[in-house]
Amino acid sequence: MTALDTPPAAAPAGVLGTRLRRREDPALLTGESRFVADLVVPGALHLAIVRSQVAHGRIRSIDTAEATAMPGVVAVFTGDDLAGDWAAPMPCAWPVTPDMKNPVHHPLATGTVNYQGDAVAVVVARSEYEAHDAAEAVVVDIESLPAVVDLDDAMTDRVLVHESLGTNRSYTWELTPDPDAVERAFAEAAHTVSERYVQQRLIPSPMEPRGVVVVPQPFGGDVTVYSSTQIPHILKVMLAVTTGIPETALRVVAPSVGGGFGAKLNVYAEEILATVLARKLRQPVRWVEERSEHSVATVHGRGQIQHIELAADADGKVTAVRVRLIGDMGGYLQLITPGIPLLGSFLYGGVYDIPAFSFSCTGVFTTKTPTDAYRGAGRPEATYAIERAMSALADEMGIDPAELRRRNFISADKFPYTAAAGLVYDSGNYGPALERALQMAGYDDLRAEQARRREAGDSKQLGIGISSYFEMCGLAPSRALGGLGFGSGGWEAATVRVLPTGKVQVVTGTAPHGQGHETSWAMIVADKLGIDPADVDVLHSDTAIAPHGLDTYGSRSLAVGGTAVYLATDRVIDKARTIAAHLIEASADDLELSGGTFRVKGSPDRGIALSDVAFSAFTAHNLPDGVEPNLEASSHFDPPNFTFPFGTHVCVVEVDTETGAVAVARYIAVDDCGNQVNPMIVEGQLHGGIVQGAAQALLEEAVYDDDGNLVTSSLLDYMVPSATEFPSFELDHTVTPSPSNPMGVKGVGEAGTIASAPAVMNAIVDALRPFGVRDITMPASPQRVWQAITSAQGAAR
Amino acid sequence: MEVSVTVNGTPQRHEVEPRLLLVHYLRDVVGLTGTNIGCDTSSCGACTVLLDGKSIKSCTMLAAQADGSEVTTIEGLATGGDLHPVQEAFREHHGLQCGYCTPGMVMAAVSLIEEVPDLDEAKVREGLEGNLCRCTGYHNIVRAVLAAAGKPVGDPTATAGAAS
Repeated sequence: MTALDTPPAAAPAGVLGTRLRRREDPALLTGESRFVADLVVPGALHLAIVRSQVAHGRIRSIDTAEATAMPGVVAVFTGDDLAGDWAAPMPCAWPVTPDMKNPVHHPLATGTVNYQGDAVAVVVARSEYEAHDAAEAVVVDIESLPAVVDLDDAMTDRVLVHESLGTNRSYTWELTPDPDAVERAFAEAAHTVSERYVQQRLIPSPMEPRGVVVVPQPFGGDVTVYSSTQIPHILKVMLAVTTGIPETALRVVAPSVGGGFGAKLNVYAEEILATVLARKLRQPVRWVEERSEHSVATVHGRGQIQHIELAADADGKVTAVRVRLIGDMGGYLQLITPGIPLLGSFLYGGVYDIPAFSFSCTGVFTTKTPTDAYRGAGRPEATYAIERAMSALADEMGIDPAELRRRNFISADKFPYTAAAGLVYDSGNYGPALERALQMAGYDDLRAEQARRREAGDSKQLGIGISSYFEMCGLAPSRALGGLGFGSGGWEAATVRVLPTGKVQVVTGTAPHGQGHETSWAMIVADKLGIDPADVDVLHSDTAIAPHGLDTYGSRSLAVGGTAVYLATDRVIDKARTIAAHLIEASADDLELSGGTFRVKGSPDRGIALSDVAFSAFTAHNLPDGVEPNLEASSHFDPPNFTFPFGTHVCVVEVDTETGAVAVARYIAVDDCGNQVNPMIVEGQLHGGIVQGAAQALLEEAVYDDDGNLVTSSLLDYMVPSATEFPSFELDHTVTPSPSNPMGVKGVGEAGTIASAPAVMNAIVDALRPFGVRDITMPASPQRVWQAITSAQGAAR
Repeated sequence: MEVSVTVNGTPQRHEVEPRLLLVHYLRDVVGLTGTNIGCDTSSCGACTVLLDGKSIKSCTMLAAQADGSEVTTIEGLATGGDLHPVQEAFREHHGLQCGYCTPGMVMAAVSLIEEVPDLDEAKVREGLEGNLCRCTGYHNIVRAVLAAAGKPVGDPTATAGAAS
């Protein structure tokens, strides 16, 4: 890999870029780790939530008498009972337009319910079983109103979700820097494609559902909230706002968290409710989400109708892209619901040098679970649209899809590249990743095999799908977020201390839940100090220990949080150098740190170990004038730009044209996330990411019936992929370091998911081209594939 | 009613509700929280333990049905300070990320390796079909199980070397 700008000087440095085993693993592998549901809090009361069974309706009455009288029940509360206990409504932190409509809602609904699963009452009981028994005895009488399920129907305002708003439209957000250029490009185009794609709703389904345990100290005044969350820091601020508890009295801890994928990047009704009830009852309370509850009560992902048009000249050079979206908000706006489609807006031009750009999105309310972030958050949707449309254009023009991409790539010499949408891509080199992926796939041989099978009328047709993606991640430059109306910054904080014994403690504001930050941050620090990573401890996810932070999402943790760790380490080294120079009576400029020891350049026998410097800094008996005791430094890093990972994925499918069954035969991925701290972790992120995107293409869909009932509310109906669904993956990478941070790193947590859905769908459509199939709505179930073949043949007849 | 179960070699005897699930018994009564709960339809396998040496989903049976049995949970796998070879292989091959499915996945793998002598990739995938993981895409889990079974796993990536 490419060297960092301050390469480590000597052994045992050089741990960066190695496949160091994770320090997180032994506790997770032995059951020693504690997830929220594992926390034992003596005297804790259990909450069970009563949820609306109907999608849309007016609450006539809620009878809690029978439930209240049941064994073990402490109390039952409705929304009306707690109406005076909220300090502010449920928060939406992203007002994307000044006139965005955001219906007021609270943890328990009052008056109306707006999706199946909307919470209407809570039972507090002495055991979990008793709480659930009593929840079933609460009698909820709701006058049903018509459901709003279909997005096009929602746009007509035929039925209003929130009557008081007078419309189902929450907002319309537009980004068309030069409308005339777009009109001109389409008027002059030699070729155009106009495609409509549906991004079905997905249920995030981390293996650990959500949960929250709140421990109040009624006399001490403090409230500790343990939550299965990606965002302990943001949650603390939002709990202060919504409950009125002073921020100084709140401590939020995310213990071991069993996956998030964006679903735990939110502030949930149950977190606020549990905090309010713990304070009100002066006792600890706990709530653990059940899987079927997760399906309705935790945000969904995606949910868009996309209309994308491309204009191209006679050579296939794309001259304009025009996108119109409808985004499904669900029944309410959650933390960043309205912003999700916008996170993708800048990506609809893809990796192509397209001079004219137009984007517009209307967010509409429906009577369904609110949508919000899900792995990739807006960017998989955008990549899907442009990569499907590029392949459609190639098809339209009779050009090989790889060749069309080559003709349109932003060339490497154009970086930093200012896109028509206004975003500056800091780096990129798209050609080599495509060529390497094609080479690994054996592209020409695959095309020959495909031709053979077509000729032979083989019942199993071969399809080859290409997806050349990029994304913007490393969220985010605070000014950029401000420009988008987001209610927070995008910096990240870190503190590095060398303890008196020479061991090192790192405090990070990131909140890992599977990404291995403890291992990677230790590697960064150990590499710079020239010490063993085992001597570096990493603390996180507890606001009492790590008070500053903006948490983990948007493939931000390494590029922003890791950089803060890197910079804080630099500052510690600077201070240590000053003290070391004083102690050994040398000039600080002459000292270099290697292998954990400061040595005088040219006189390697003169030196002092970092651990001795740390002890001297601790005793403070002999420090230079004006130097404070202890070796500790902090950094609050605000990135100058996003990072822009990219790559090309190639998917090879076999489609059984008699049954419609699709088998992914091979999957090749060449990704560029810049310099890699730990390739083992990078590959793991890609493997999981690829499956999550490919599962959108083939398996997963939150299905609602016309009455707004979620049909796929358990893991029996919602097809989270198992081990048999996909093959092992063939991975390689290129290295184009990001110039936006000193390590040259970029995010990789979402890249696989962003790339894979269009690769899979392009492959399926490619296999079925001879049948006249141009599109299949995701997920491409055997039934849908078979129907697509049958109806295309019918149309041809 | 009373149940007597030997858990990780230690005899346990408790008065329980007849409807108490084995997984709740292990977690809430015995106090072994390493066995996780990931669903309510016996679909995910997070709660997999060994009952008399065979893997079962501990949400599919009542504590009462385990009366007189020997149960091994994830806490019973490592001996002394040493990880079990399957745990070691999961660590070596990065077969876990968030770690929530891991206890169940490891127990299922221990049982699979015991039961199927000639494991290959297809058989591992088939054998672990009842255990869901959302993080790893199964790629490295498969490699870890093959390695623990003494089968070749190949390079971590199919090809080495960067294109640029």
